[in-house]
Amino acid sequence: MKKLLLATAAVLAIAGGASAQGMDKVKACFVYVGPIGDGGWTYQHDQGRLAVIEEFGDRVDASTYQESVPEGADAERVLTQMALSGCNIIFTTSFGYMDQTNNVAAKFPNVKFEHATGYKRDHANVSTYDARFYEGRAVMGTIAGHMTESNKIGYIGSFPIPEVIQGINSSFIAARKVNPDVTMSVVWAYTWFDPAKEADAAKALIEQGVDVILQHTDSTAPLAEAAKTEGVIGFGQASDMSEFKPSPRVSSIIDNWAPYYIERIGALLDGTYEQKATWAGIAEGEVEIGEITDAVPAEVKTAAEAVRDAIAGGQHPFTGPLNKQDGSAWLAEGETPDDGTLAGMNFYVEGITGSIPQ
Amino acid sequence: MDLGGINPAVLIASLMVASVPIMLAALGELVVEKAGVLNLGVEGMMIIGAVMGFAVAVNTGSPLAGFLGGAAGGAILSLVFALLTQYLLANQVATGLALTLFGLGLSSLIGQGYVGIRPPLTGALPFGPLADIPVIGRILFRHDWMVYFSLLMVAATWAVLKFTRIGLILRAVGENHDAAHALGYKVRRIRVLAICFGGAMAGLGGAYVSLIRVPQWTDGITSGAGWIALAIVVFASWKPWRVLLGAYLFGGITVLQLNLQAAGARIPVEYLSMSPYLITILVLVIMSSGRGRIAAAAPAALGKNFHASR
Repeated sequence: MKKLLLATAAVLAIAGGASAQGMDKVKACFVYVGPIGDGGWTYQHDQGRLAVIEEFGDRVDASTYQESVPEGADAERVLTQMALSGCNIIFTTSFGYMDQTNNVAAKFPNVKFEHATGYKRDHANVSTYDARFYEGRAVMGTIAGHMTESNKIGYIGSFPIPEVIQGINSSFIAARKVNPDVTMSVVWAYTWFDPAKEADAAKALIEQGVDVILQHTDSTAPLAEAAKTEGVIGFGQASDMSEFKPSPRVSSIIDNWAPYYIERIGALLDGTYEQKATWAGIAEGEVEIGEITDAVPAEVKTAAEAVRDAIAGGQHPFTGPLNKQDGSAWLAEGETPDDGTLAGMNFYVEGITGSIPQ
Repeated sequence: MDLGGINPAVLIASLMVASVPIMLAALGELVVEKAGVLNLGVEGMMIIGAVMGFAVAVNTGSPLAGFLGGAAGGAILSLVFALLTQYLLANQVATGLALTLFGLGLSSLIGQGYVGIRPPLTGALPFGPLADIPVIGRILFRHDWMVYFSLLMVAATWAVLKFTRIGLILRAVGENHDAAHALGYKVRRIRVLAICFGGAMAGLGGAYVSLIRVPQWTDGITSGAGWIALAIVVFASWKPWRVLLGAYLFGGITVLQLNLQAAGARIPVEYLSMSPYLITILVLVIMSSGRGRIAAAAPAALGKNFHASR
């Protein structure tokens, strides 16, 4: 039985194998960490999948996806199943699938694996992709610095990992640039998705006098909480969260995975596919700034759009002179950090109070 | 008075709100366990209550109808548990766990069309000038009606269990179902009614999360509140007023640790996060150290199935 399975796998792998000559038809499969109905992270990945179908029509079969796959041994089972069922390219859309993706990739060298937000590419058929969310944070920070009346900005963090810390630093730097009196309170929720807890975190921040809330958690609960108090604003995260327009949601960071998914599947179709590590931002269209509503004065909107366009034009959100929280020098005048430093960021910049939980 | 930048009046007011869902669910479970039934499906019933309450409130435009719908949803799901454990004599622990898993999946299915919709809002009860009394007004008179309803239910549950004939029969069934049966009480019927009440209360608690506290529908919105409710019942050693205390403690710690973080206090939040559970263990240890006290606290027939032929 086992032999038969292996033989089947081999046949499928050969039949579905991508070659330099390109392919007539690609079967693309997707693994999601949450439900599509989360209104944020997974929803946006699924929008990318739908865009692929729209773009390639009959040349692609992107109908296979699985929602709410736990990050662990179960993911390996799902991935193996997908590889055996003839998927040519599999997108694993959460950081926690990193080891499983590489394990399964070793067994199916002819299937392409694309892992989101990870850094391990142990095999030639594994590529990684990520978005520079911190670029969008700089735009949100600019709006926050202009809009706050109490000079207190709140930030709901998920986990103290580099990706989240980049966002906190980036938005704080941008806010300080336009409002030197601004302070930032960070609350760690220790979850990506827990609406009740996120609402409580937002509530605690509002009770502390915060009137602008940024969030790095996936649900719309902080916006719903902000809506209860007059004068408090927030931003959409991962998805546009447009149901809270025009206020409290005054703008948003949208993860747009569609261009990347179309590019990679297109490359597989025409035979130009190569392993790579992508980290794209505003310039590439992977990070989008959602509509800035009329709840924001026109000059603030203009300033925010100027920041957005400057970043798209090559301006780095982390440009020196910048000091670390303890006052030691980090970047000299005009200096920018390399991607390795960013990917391992574990410190606050000067001016943020509190410490990062270890 | 100011504790590290935190206004105690505001803190107490928000912990009262944060503890409503777990208090309602724990009260319901207390009655179920007093009748000798262990229903571990609280989380499942809560989330069904949350989605049903949300759906009804959105479709009718009335939060009150939403709460009734949430209670009905939780009660109907609990009837599945009642059928399996009381009539088919299935294992209560396994059935309760299955109920939670079933409820989570079913709520996700029902909730498909309700993601991203805003429910009709429930405002604070108008107390007029009372709300403007310093400190006390902030703590007591600026809540929505469900906060007062949950407090009322604590008193009602306590009074019914302690002073009425119904309470006495319920407790008798939970302590010794064979004796109660010999006296002519319908053990099965009483237990089914208790389970139903527990389901309705859990449903109300869930509806409070989706209609007032968050307020919106997303998959998995109750995120473990049902398990905390179960812990509170044990913490409270099956006494209604201690449920109130337990709910405030658990709810209060959550609010406090977020407030401390927001105020920039340098207390590691991990200690606060684990403290309610540490206290539960401590209470259990203290309760069981006195000879036979824990046996006196837990209903004697808890978790045992009843069949009249034995």
